[in-house]
Amino acid sequence: MLEVTDLHAYYGKSHVLQGVNLTVGDNQVVRLLGRNGVGRSTTTKAIMGMVRVAGSVRFKGREISGLPPYEIARCGIGIVPESRNIFPTLTVYENLLIGMKSKNQKGRWSVDATFDLFPNLKERARTAAGVLSGGEQQMLSICRTLMGDPDLVMVDEPTEGLAPQLVEQVGVLLEKIAAQGVAILLVEQKLQIALRISHQVLVMGHGRIVFSGTPKDLLAQESVRREWLEV
Amino acid sequence: MLHSLVFVLVNGLVYGLLLFLLSSGLTLIFSMMGVLNFAQASFYMLGAYLGYQIMAWTDYWVALFVAPVAVGLLGAAVERYVLSKTHHRGQVAELLLTFGLSYLIVEGVKLVWGVNAVNYGMPPSLNFPIFAINGVSYPAYNVFMMVVSVAIFALLYVLLTKTRIGIIIQAALSDRDMVGMLGHNIPRIFALVFGIGCALAGVAGVVGGNILVTEPSMALSLGPIIFVVVVIGGMGSFGGALVASLLIGLLQNYMTTLNVSLAGLVGVSLGSHAPFRELLNQPLSQLAAIMPYFLMILILAFRPKGLMGKVES
Ligand SMILES: Nc1ncnc2c1ncn2[C@@H]1O[C@H](COP(=O)(O)OP(=O)(O)O)[C@@H](O)[C@H]1O
Ligand SMILES: [Mg+2]
Repeated sequence: MLEVTDLHAYYGKSHVLQGVNLTVGDNQVVRLLGRNGVGRSTTTKAIMGMVRVAGSVRFKGREISGLPPYEIARCGIGIVPESRNIFPTLTVYENLLIGMKSKNQKGRWSVDATFDLFPNLKERARTAAGVLSGGEQQMLSICRTLMGDPDLVMVDEPTEGLAPQLVEQVGVLLEKIAAQGVAILLVEQKLQIALRISHQVLVMGHGRIVFSGTPKDLLAQESVRREWLEV
Repeated sequence: MLHSLVFVLVNGLVYGLLLFLLSSGLTLIFSMMGVLNFAQASFYMLGAYLGYQIMAWTDYWVALFVAPVAVGLLGAAVERYVLSKTHHRGQVAELLLTFGLSYLIVEGVKLVWGVNAVNYGMPPSLNFPIFAINGVSYPAYNVFMMVVSVAIFALLYVLLTKTRIGIIIQAALSDRDMVGMLGHNIPRIFALVFGIGCALAGVAGVVGGNILVTEPSMALSLGPIIFVVVVIGGMGSFGGALVASLLIGLLQNYMTTLNVSLAGLVGVSLGSHAPFRELLNQPLSQLAAIMPYFLMILILAFRPKGLMGKVES
């Protein structure tokens, strides 16, 4: 579904992505791990067209690097940025509405279904999203992206700063998303969210993928964990 | 005395609302794109000339609708095909471009309609006195201008808060990158917003052009005031633009009625060699034109973010 080949990205003179290769298959859950500052967020932004890149990004067989973000979104990629980026002055309901790419978009997700999933959001439907708690904002941000009915969703450190109980809730939501046949690229520092299925684990270090395998493989490779993950 | 006070008040409101039509368009464009549209007053002028021309061909009511739409479409085209190419080069390039555009429009208008004022009259159906106080009557057209301004703002309010596209525009005002990543065509939204901002100036031109004289210098005479309004109100603040527009409208109209001078105000009489004698003996009415600039300098010096702005200008 997604094939990234030899991807390079720069911020001014600093060479942040130095030849990233990764693939996400149909309906797969892929976890992208690494310490802070290694380039995980930049990878998601590069796929989304938010930073200038060299290299190739193919999605459903089509080359998408160089397209503006809105066209990439319309190809079926959704992103939930680590800063959540909810629209604080708009209501919860309006935030969800903006997630839809057209007025009568029909897809796997609907506002009503979201409200059934998160009664908290339903109660606050008419309040400004800026007053929600961090956890509620995270749920809103994920649900807003789902409204656009993506086939692949990239979720960047969704549990940062959340209480353990909320981490669990995020995990439950991610499993529901996967169950709908949506592929997931999940960015974390280490394997923190418990998921029943993770097809592939990637570890990133200094702008490159330094390990790729199953969760079991990673468990077996203590040297990888020590060098690239543990602090 | 009563009638002059009422007239000053109403005239101030009319002028203030006209300023707000112009400054709200500027604010809308600035909040979303960070572009200070230097050509805003030129689009106002274009609205007036198109209003005059369309009224000559058909009638005023057609002009009131068609001229702002035409100005809006031109604005949207400018953004889509020219201005958008400079967004990534930063604000100076954008400012210079709109600066050049403002001259182009003024010169273009001179080529088409000549260098003298055109005879843009009031619609006959609105050319009557609407009320009179102590035998002095007040023109209905000025009241009509107020009604149009308020109606436009009501329309804009509904558009921005009750429609899907308006909500997307609001979101883009705060975080356009996120709106783009959710699949909305940001360049098209930019063109739309720029077009709406210019159309607001176009409305001001159509309704204001016939009482303020439609001539090639009209853009230059109103242009600086709009920027003053935006700075005093606070860059990017609609509420600030409204307050500052009405403040300047009312204050300026009030001052033009004052015959007392600064010296007279504090009750001193000046010898023929007193310093600043000229300035201090001017009647305040003569100072009305520079008052907005004086206010702007005070604001910049002592409250740089303006009356209601969030960021320092
Ligand atoms: N907008 C930016 N401008 C300049 N440098 C940046 C920017 N964003 C990130 N960086 C740098 O790029 C590197 C990778 O950042 P990022 O992709 O955010 O890492 P991660 O998400 O893995 O923590 C870091 O060194 C960071 O300081
Ligand atoms: Mg990050």
